[in-house]
Order: sequence, then C-alpha cells, then structure tokens
Amino acid sequence: MTNNKEALLEVKGLKKYFPQRHGFLGRDTRYVKAVDGLDFKIYRGETFGLVGESGCGKSTTGRTIIRLYDITEGQVIIDGVDISELSQKELIPYRKKMQMIFQDPYASLNSRMTVSDIIGEALDIHGLATGDARRDRINYLLNRVGLTTEHASRYPHEFSGGQRQRIGIARALAVDPEFIICDEPISALDVSIQAQVVNMLDDLQSELGLTYMFIAHDLSMVKHISDRIAVMYLGRIVEIGEADRLYDKPEHPYTQALLSAVPIPDPDVTRALAKNRVILEGDVPSPLNPPSGCRFRTRCLYSKPVCSTQIPELEDLGDGHQVACHFTGKLVRNDR
Amino acid sequence: MREKIVDVKNLKTSFYTHLGEVQAVRGVSFDVKKGEVLGIVGESGSGKSVTAMSVMKLVSYPGNIKDGEIIFKGEDLVKKKDKEMLSIRGDKISMIFQDPMTSLNPVYTIGNQIMEAITRHQGLDKKAARKKAIEMLRLVGIPSPEDRIDNYPHEFSGGMRQRAMIGIALSCEPDLLIADEPTTALDVTIQAQIMELLKELKDKIDTSIILITHDLGVVADTCDKIMVMYGGLAMERGTAQEIFYEPKHPYTMGLLKSIPRMDLNETGRLVPIPGTPPDLISPPEGCPFSARCPYSMKICKIDMPEYTQFNEGREAACWLLHEDAPEVEVDTGVKRGEVNDK
Repeated sequence: MTNNKEALLEVKGLKKYFPQRHGFLGRDTRYVKAVDGLDFKIYRGETFGLVGESGCGKSTTGRTIIRLYDITEGQVIIDGVDISELSQKELIPYRKKMQMIFQDPYASLNSRMTVSDIIGEALDIHGLATGDARRDRINYLLNRVGLTTEHASRYPHEFSGGQRQRIGIARALAVDPEFIICDEPISALDVSIQAQVVNMLDDLQSELGLTYMFIAHDLSMVKHISDRIAVMYLGRIVEIGEADRLYDKPEHPYTQALLSAVPIPDPDVTRALAKNRVILEGDVPSPLNPPSGCRFRTRCLYSKPVCSTQIPELEDLGDGHQVACHFTGKLVRNDR
Repeated sequence: MREKIVDVKNLKTSFYTHLGEVQAVRGVSFDVKKGEVLGIVGESGSGKSVTAMSVMKLVSYPGNIKDGEIIFKGEDLVKKKDKEMLSIRGDKISMIFQDPMTSLNPVYTIGNQIMEAITRHQGLDKKAARKKAIEMLRLVGIPSPEDRIDNYPHEFSGGMRQRAMIGIALSCEPDLLIADEPTTALDVTIQAQIMELLKELKDKIDTSIILITHDLGVVADTCDKIMVMYGGLAMERGTAQEIFYEPKHPYTMGLLKSIPRMDLNETGRLVPIPGTPPDLISPPEGCPFSARCPYSMKICKIDMPEYTQFNEGREAACWLLHEDAPEVEVDTGVKRGEVNDK
C-alpha cells in the first residue's frame, strides 16, 4: 500500500507537557509529561495505528498534532509546512486538511444541533458551500456514510451509537480532508457494529485516498486496519513497524508483553498460549514522575543497570522496523 | 457428575417504565455446576447483566422478576424475602462489577469494606477480621497489605481496586461468584493479571463463576460453558469448544465473523452483522435476531423457535435446526488457529 513513500505528516521531537500547580498559591509547578519526544512519519494513503494503554499519551498525541493542544516542543510538518508555531487563524487552511473522529459519539455531537447543522458547520467555517450546494453536499455525505437524507433534520439523541459515529465521520469528511485522526472511533460500539464502521472507514480510504491515524487500544482491530503501527508507553514510542512484522515478531519487551496479554477468541489456541503468557507486574508509573532512563524498566523482565541511566532511542533494524531498547535482539531474562 | 450450584429455569425480568414494560430477560434457563465457569456473552441490551442481577436478586424498582425459578443449592431464591437474601448475598453468592471506582464506597477505607463482609457473615471480632482482611489483600496480590489496608479507594489504581473488589467478594469463600464485565474498564495487561488471579482463586476455593462479558477472547480463555444472549433470550448454550468450533446459531456465527483474529494473518474484510439490536419495549414477534439474520425465513418473524437439544447443556434456538427446515449452506465463521503448546 505504501509504495510511494511520500510523507504526508512528519512529527519531530514532539512534546506536550501539562502544567500542574501545587504548593502555596500554586507557586510550584510540576509537569505531566503526557507526550515526551515523539518522532515518526505518516505516509500518504496509509493507515498508521497508534496503540498503548490508557495514560500512555496516544490521545494527547492525536490532539497535539491537530493543534487542539498547544505544542510544548517539537515540530509537526504537514505537506512540508511546519504548523507548530502557526496562530489559530493561520491554522484554518490546515484544519481543512486534517480532521478528527472522536471516541464517544454521545459526547462529541452537539445535542442542540440537527445533523445537517453539525455537518454543515464545517462547510460554513471554511466557506465551502451555501444554499442548495450546501444541502446537496450534506445529503451526499449522509448517503456516503450509510444514512439517508431524512436523517438530516433529526437530533443526535434520535440515533444509536453506531449511527452517531457515522454522523461524526460525515462531519469529518465534509471539508474533503486528506488526513483523518481516528481517536478510538469504535471502542464505544458493540462488537457487531464495530465491523460495520471499520469496513466503512476502509471503503472511504480507498475511494477518497485518505490517510488515517488510528488510535486504539483494541490490538486485534488495530492490526486489522493498520499498515504500520507504533506502540507507545508513558509518552514515548517503543516500537514502530509494519503491522504483520510487529505482531509476528515483536522486538521490544513491552510490545511482547502487550501482545501476549490479548486473549484470542479460539479456546484451544488461547489456552495453549496462556501457558507462556507474559504477565506484567504492577501498574504504569505516573507520568508526573516517570522512571529515569527507559520508562519501561520498572516492569521489564530484562532490565539491566544501563536501562536506568540511558534513555534508549528508536533505532532502525534495517527493514524500517524501529525499536527503542538497549538490548534489541539480545534480551536476557533477569532471575526473580 | 458435579452438583448444580445454581439452576435457573425460565427466568423473566422486566422493567416497568413510563414508556411501557421493557422485557429485559424473556425466559432464560441455565445452570452452573460446582467449580465451573459459565460465560454469558452478548451485546449491550441483550439482557446479560439483568440476568446476573436477577440471580443476586438485586433488580430494583421499577424492575421485577416476573416469572421463573432460581434454584440455588436446592432453594428457590425467587421466593426468598429481601431479609433472607441479606445472609446469602456476600456470603454464598457475591459479585464484582465493571467499574471498581463506583462499586467501592469512596468514604470508607479498603480495609473497612473487606472487614464489613467478614464481620457480618463470619461473626469474627474486629481484630480477627482485620487480620483476615490483610490476608485477603495479600491473596489478591496487593503489595504490603498491612499499610494498604488503611488506604481509601482513590489511592488505589484501577487494577488494584478491582483486586480489592475480588478480595471483598471472595472473603467469605462464596459458592458462586458473579463477575459482570470485570475487566472491561481495565487495560489489556491489567486484564491479564485480573483474569489470571480469578482463575487461580477459583481453583483455590473451588467456587463457581458466572462471567459476563462481550469480549469473546476473554470467554475463550476462561469459560467452561458459554451462553450466547440476544434480545433478552438465550440463542445458544454449549461448552466453549462447541460454541467456538461448532456454532449452531446464526448470531453466534455472525459474532465470530465480525471480529478480527490477531493470531491469523487475515487479509480479507470483516463481515459485520447488518442492522441494529431490537428494541425491548416492543420486542419483535418471533426470533429477535430474524431482522439481521442472513438465513431468515417467513416463520422466523412469526414464532420463536423451540430449543433443539443436542446433548446435556447443549442447545440452540433456530428454525434452521427444525427437522422440516430446508437444507441451507451456512457459513459458520469458525476459524481455527494453530495450537502451539510448546
């Protein structure tokens, strides 16, 4: 799929810290290091999956890229232009290129607006269509996502979760974007509805030539939809690679543990795998005070002294597969 | 054969709202034997949680158990008074919920909440109960339980809270544990920890478990038997192997087809189930799945099919299984991966 390796989006050293004031009159400030130095590229026409556990910074990454949050440090380059320093006004043309689909279809649609206003708002802001053209465009979009023109005058509460997510997708498509960030678009939906939405995203991508960043914690679905996948842990990427390669032969100890924790819907297979399941101990440390060096070292089965002093950088293994670990390919398990 | 801990017969539970009667559970039968894990699978609104709440007799106004029997160790719980249930709940049957933040009381310490169950049902004094509570926390894998016992729920992480909940639920060594989506709110690495803990403790105290979930992976991993629910009814029951490898009901097949398999290098598209689940205020005539079923016939929209029995505990309700049904080529959606048990 990614033969023409033209980067649509490039992220360099991206950081997003959230200040937390405490102490007398809030004089001391600590920072939640939600995203702490990301480097990756997303190629035109591909689906880039971003996985990790809650609190690892995957949603913050999406929101920072689209500049819903101000960037603490680093660059976001879309189509060769660095948008990290642009003002809100200067951003408008880039917002037209990048859209977002949110997780919760109940919270992300304004309950006081009709469906046609929700979708039409984007057309108005960017001055794309008025009058009949606006109505036609809205009807076209509704049909495009499997709804009918009758739905245009209804309010969000009249729809099921799956249908609301379709409205959210129609809204994102309204401005003809090139790049869509899908932030957990299916995790609030029932199993039988998830496949409907995923297939629709698939169809839209091949027909409209879209590029997706797909943020999710459902590892099976991410593998299904993504061409390349990045795995995040506590604000940093630990591994990036082609989806099949990453799932067949994960290199980073965290990726290995994460994948092995997923139960497979096949009793004989999953019970056989359970014998070798890597069960991580403890919880993810606080991003207020992340461990020094490699952030995974406190839960890693292979950590060595160097892991607490040096932060491992992403290194290319030669085939475009990148891993951030001091001991890639030569992991030796610690005795406990 | 092991004794039946709970035997539910034709359970019907409804909620009487101002919009009309919502028939959440419309006649469900199942049993759980000693030491067994029964999985109840279904989508939101299928009636799986209400089934569990009914077994605990925790269905409150405007809901009501309309009909049926819940035979727990020889006694019908449906006939029991609320007062009698108090000595059963938490002692012989206990429950863990999806969200450990809302099911733990935020103004009491973790220790207080474990000790409450112990002092109430086991008649231990405060000192002995505290000792037992510490032991319980250690058993569920809370580090340094002597200090942690005086923490409040907000000082625990999500995974630890769920561990504490399990500690409370198992403190009286119940005969039956009902786990309603115990890992849905947790991350996958924490889910693995909790499921491992449940399996371990189940073997240790030989309790039976009803596990309610929508995650087919979790079910495949832990359950002996499975009941698939849809529209307030059981579509199919069987062992885990039977449900995953020889599904008899088109809804089960549809579920198997709609989920991607991480272990197989699949390239094709997913096969979704079209449409949306039925409205239980006015449930459709006939089979609730008929509107979304690819094999739906005329009769499916008129009458609910009887259960076809295959063997003990193995049954399905589908007109295709009737002896007069036409021969239809069915895509079962079964995918069998390579078993690697090195």
